[in-house]
Amino acid sequence: MSLSRLIVRNALRHKVRAALTVGVIALVVLGFGLLQTTVDAWYAGVEASVQNRLIARHAVSLSIHLPIAYRDRIATLAGVTGVSYANWFGGVHRDAKGFFPQFAIEPQSYLDLHPEFQLNAAERDAFLRDRQGCIVGRKLAAQYGWKLGDRIPLKGNLYPGDWEFVVRGIYQGAEPATDETLFLFHWAYLNERRKTFDPDRANSVGWYVIRVENPAQAPQVVQAIDTGFANSVAETKTETEQAFQMGFVAMAGTLIFALQLMAALLNGITLLVLANALIMSLRERTREYAVMKTLGFRPAHLAVLIGGESLVIAALGAGLGAALTVPTCNAYGAFLSSRLGNFFPIFALKTQTLLLTTSVTLLVSTAAAVVPMLQAVRIKTSEGLRHIG
Amino acid sequence: MALAMVEFQKVFKSYFRGTLEIPVLKNLSLSIPTGTFLAIMGPSGSGKSTLLNLIAGLDRPSQGAAVVAGQNVSSLSEGELARWRARHIGFIFQFYNLIPVLTAAENVELPLLLTPLSKRDRAQHVHAALELVGLADRAHHYPRQLSGGQEQRVGIARAIVSDPDILLADEPTGNLDKNAAEDILTLLSRLNREMKKTIIMVTHDPHAAERAQLVQRLDKGLLA
Repeated sequence: MSLSRLIVRNALRHKVRAALTVGVIALVVLGFGLLQTTVDAWYAGVEASVQNRLIARHAVSLSIHLPIAYRDRIATLAGVTGVSYANWFGGVHRDAKGFFPQFAIEPQSYLDLHPEFQLNAAERDAFLRDRQGCIVGRKLAAQYGWKLGDRIPLKGNLYPGDWEFVVRGIYQGAEPATDETLFLFHWAYLNERRKTFDPDRANSVGWYVIRVENPAQAPQVVQAIDTGFANSVAETKTETEQAFQMGFVAMAGTLIFALQLMAALLNGITLLVLANALIMSLRERTREYAVMKTLGFRPAHLAVLIGGESLVIAALGAGLGAALTVPTCNAYGAFLSSRLGNFFPIFALKTQTLLLTTSVTLLVSTAAAVVPMLQAVRIKTSEGLRHIG
Repeated sequence: MALAMVEFQKVFKSYFRGTLEIPVLKNLSLSIPTGTFLAIMGPSGSGKSTLLNLIAGLDRPSQGAAVVAGQNVSSLSEGELARWRARHIGFIFQFYNLIPVLTAAENVELPLLLTPLSKRDRAQHVHAALELVGLADRAHHYPRQLSGGQEQRVGIARAIVSDPDILLADEPTGNLDKNAAEDILTLLSRLNREMKKTIIMVTHDPHAAERAQLVQRLDKGLLA
């Protein structure tokens, strides 16, 4: 027999109460995991951003385009090693539910600047050669059952009319955070048709992607671009790709804050549930603790017994919660995908989320044990022996 | 003459109920020689349990000196008192106070967890103690699987397992039927006679007190 054995026996003494407490903690861990994964999904773009890439867009709004002529001027700036550009297309496939992110890009430079979109050489060549070609992410292709050579019709909203593309490649993400739900096609194809229906706004791009030689040079390059186009008809706002992505996250800032607040509240629930269970146990066992003090156990021993009991319950709850979180997150991700399409291109439970939720639960369980521990330490032995629990 | 195991000099003990001071023991002086089996009798509220608590170091005198097993218990901190109790005091309760989630053997082993004994040595001590009280065959039974008399015998085994100098028994037969009470008193007599334990027993029962070598009566905080 050891104190640890007594701790485990005490923790499981009231089976129903222990099961209910473990169940609540498991649900809290599950809820925390789901909320944190949702928050992470919002930040997926930020996480996937690369340190040495900058984005230059119109200073007023992303919806106002920049002249294509800026490309050559940006390319000549010191520290710049590559420039590409893209436009948001915003079409739908078949109907409004068939929405996914579509970008018109300059293929050669865009793929050079985005090595995380992995494409085999043959598919890359086929895409570069075919002005009507497109490449799609692995997840998007799987979602619609697309394969090489398929013709994909899109109905344009910003760029009206019926558009058709040929799948020339299916890329894979180099990193888990790489978005595999994108639809990329030739900017030249978009621009060519745009000249026919909106000639005044042809030869313009939504934003430039700029690669710098060294991330440390980014501030100078940002300043060089923005001052270079200051007082022009289309002033620029240049920022790191991460800051650019954060701009989108900030739009949902209140919602994300609410999710984070809920996650914090869930930990508060763990604290209260555990503290309540421990205080109930303490009240029932006041006499036992007094007996143990009579036998020579010191206050520190009782603190270890109570803290240990809290940890055992919390560990069981956290373990069960973590085991439930993995399949639930997958199922929830699939559910979100079915309802929201590719709104969250990356919805995956991270190992660090599981570690975080487990550690927070264990930390909270320690905090929950503090008051009962202090109460146990303060039990006056002679009074405790008379206690009727 | 044998050395005193317990020496109280003008011990005064009072409790406060709000601002009202209630004296329980009034300048009590008492000397209990080593190896004595003493019964303390008296009506409810006479201070018997308070006296026992002071001897056990569960409480401290308000005034006066309380020396037990050569140690002035008033001078020790709570932590020091706990260590001192573990070495010198064995306590037997009226309601046994066994831990319900532990077997008889595990309950008896509990005080030994505070010692540096190895697991094997602890097991030997536990077996010896349970054998002494006649319950070696019930070592793996839980308290709920034992009768009241058996539970009390486990309680006695727990009290003696660390070989303390003094056994303090607070109404040890108060919750038992006549036969079980007789067994417990016989066991206590044996422990006093054969193992030379100093036993101080608080009881209401004159029949139980007859088994002790000495009887002291306490009334309103004073020895009669």
